[in-house]
Amino acid sequence: METTGPSGQPERIVAIPLRHPVRNVVAVVIILIVVLFVVDAAFFRPAYDWPAVGKYIFDVRVSQAALVTIELTVLAMVGAIVLGTLLAVMRLSPNPVLKSVAWAYLWIFRGTPVYVQLVFWGLLATIYKTISVGVPFSSDVLFSWTTQDAISVFWLAVIGLALNEAAYMAEIVRAGMLSVDPGQSEASTALGMSWSQTMRRIIIPQSMRVIIPPTGNEVISMLKTTSLVTAVPLSTDLYTRTRDISAETFNPIPLLIVASIWYLFFTSLLMIGQYFLERRFARGSRFVDVGPGVENPAVLVGATPTAPVAAQPDTSTEGRSS
Amino acid sequence: MTEPLASSPMVIADRVVKSFGSHTVLKDISLTVNRGEVVCVIGPSGSGKSTFLRCINHLEKLDGGRLTVDGELIGYRQRGDKIYELKPKEAAAQRKDIGMVFQRFNLFPHLTVLENIMEAPLQVKRQSRASASARALELLARVGLAEKAKAYPASLSGGQQQRVAIARALAMDPKLMLFDEPTSALDPELVGEVLDVMKQLAKDGMTMIVVTHEMGFAREVADSLVFMDGGVVVERGDPREVLTNPQQDRTKSFLSKVL
Repeated sequence: METTGPSGQPERIVAIPLRHPVRNVVAVVIILIVVLFVVDAAFFRPAYDWPAVGKYIFDVRVSQAALVTIELTVLAMVGAIVLGTLLAVMRLSPNPVLKSVAWAYLWIFRGTPVYVQLVFWGLLATIYKTISVGVPFSSDVLFSWTTQDAISVFWLAVIGLALNEAAYMAEIVRAGMLSVDPGQSEASTALGMSWSQTMRRIIIPQSMRVIIPPTGNEVISMLKTTSLVTAVPLSTDLYTRTRDISAETFNPIPLLIVASIWYLFFTSLLMIGQYFLERRFARGSRFVDVGPGVENPAVLVGATPTAPVAAQPDTSTEGRSS
Repeated sequence: MTEPLASSPMVIADRVVKSFGSHTVLKDISLTVNRGEVVCVIGPSGSGKSTFLRCINHLEKLDGGRLTVDGELIGYRQRGDKIYELKPKEAAAQRKDIGMVFQRFNLFPHLTVLENIMEAPLQVKRQSRASASARALELLARVGLAEKAKAYPASLSGGQQQRVAIARALAMDPKLMLFDEPTSALDPELVGEVLDVMKQLAKDGMTMIVVTHEMGFAREVADSLVFMDGGVVVERGDPREVLTNPQQDRTKSFLSKVL
């Protein structure tokens, strides 16, 4: 066979692409099943009650409840990430006291169901009727509140969710920090950086790449776990609200669909956010997942003239002023 | 404490012992390195060369003997005949004056080359961004990589990464530089560029302890060659002398295998 082309260059291979006949058949079958299911659900199943779905999806009571669910999710996750990082650092610290405290926290908060914990938080005011600030070893009381007035049900739910989630976040953060090459902390120690500087400036930023994907999972999971706050009892979140409405209308199925659509909408938003966050923390690393269906996922992020895809050298350094 | 004399040795290791569990890696190391001196340490793997280097900046804790750098006891404080462990902060303060270059470079992959070099001066020495950046660029020019300031380490060759690592260590203005097999992880054609930077550094009067397998470098640059084996210093002398006419049998047998 001739391997030299007309111009003297090596001849290009022009091959017939490999066919995937089974793949196509399976795809057609799946599409047919989905179409049949959708048509059936749309026209032949009155229990879905689509007009009611349309009526309630943008009902003010529902959208307000959706907002409460988002607030719960964001506040609980922020608390959980901060506390979880602290716990992870404590577990990895050389200090045996901090280590044991973190271990005991994880033991308790991971070892009991979140539902039970939420019920406990709801009963806080029963167990501790007042919160007082006083002078130790004396009877002087400077401030005193009844617990019920001091902490609303909403904040009890946030605290309950955050403290539970912190235990899981701690393990995620710890795994992320352990994934960083020990040579990194050695190098920064050798430069005279303290343990906390090493953690803050070198280890935690690098562990973000490993921490973000499971944390995205946790945020999505938290969004759905907020449906348990009825245990506190908080009744203004999305799921509890839609259930309360359906208790009046005796028509639960459309409201379940309404709640599901809202949850799915928020989850989709979170997935988009996660994608951009992952890109940001992939700075300086070789491999970035650039999304589904992209042929060549190996993209060198950072400043290099030989990068196969223009990775905009300067955008990757912007916003880092500290 | 009295101010060390300009002519006093930079490093004095006096009967240094280091064990990991029941395994004693350094049995009894005594070694003096003078100011401006370049000492190359050779020896078979497992002989304790790297461990000794890591003891000098207290990355490893000594179990016995004394080690001083610039007249200062490393890792401990002596009052009367009692020895106290240093606080982490005090140990960190000692390390900032001792530069170290690792076999695997250990650059910070999430920071650009420039940020790698500026990190310690900013965080440890609290220098201003402007002066840290100016100094970093100057050092990059010195190792021949001025145009790579904004690159990330992953986009550099091994030799370039190691030169950046040297610049990063120099940014702290160390009085002593430790090199732990700086060229062992490099492709053969990249070894030269790193050795050239080190030669220049030696010429500029830096006190250097270099654990290496580069006999050519040792012969050309070192003031003194140390052969270590089994956790002890077997032989020390002028590099040409030791390499061509070793006095000890163990040195002879080692050199016959590597030369």
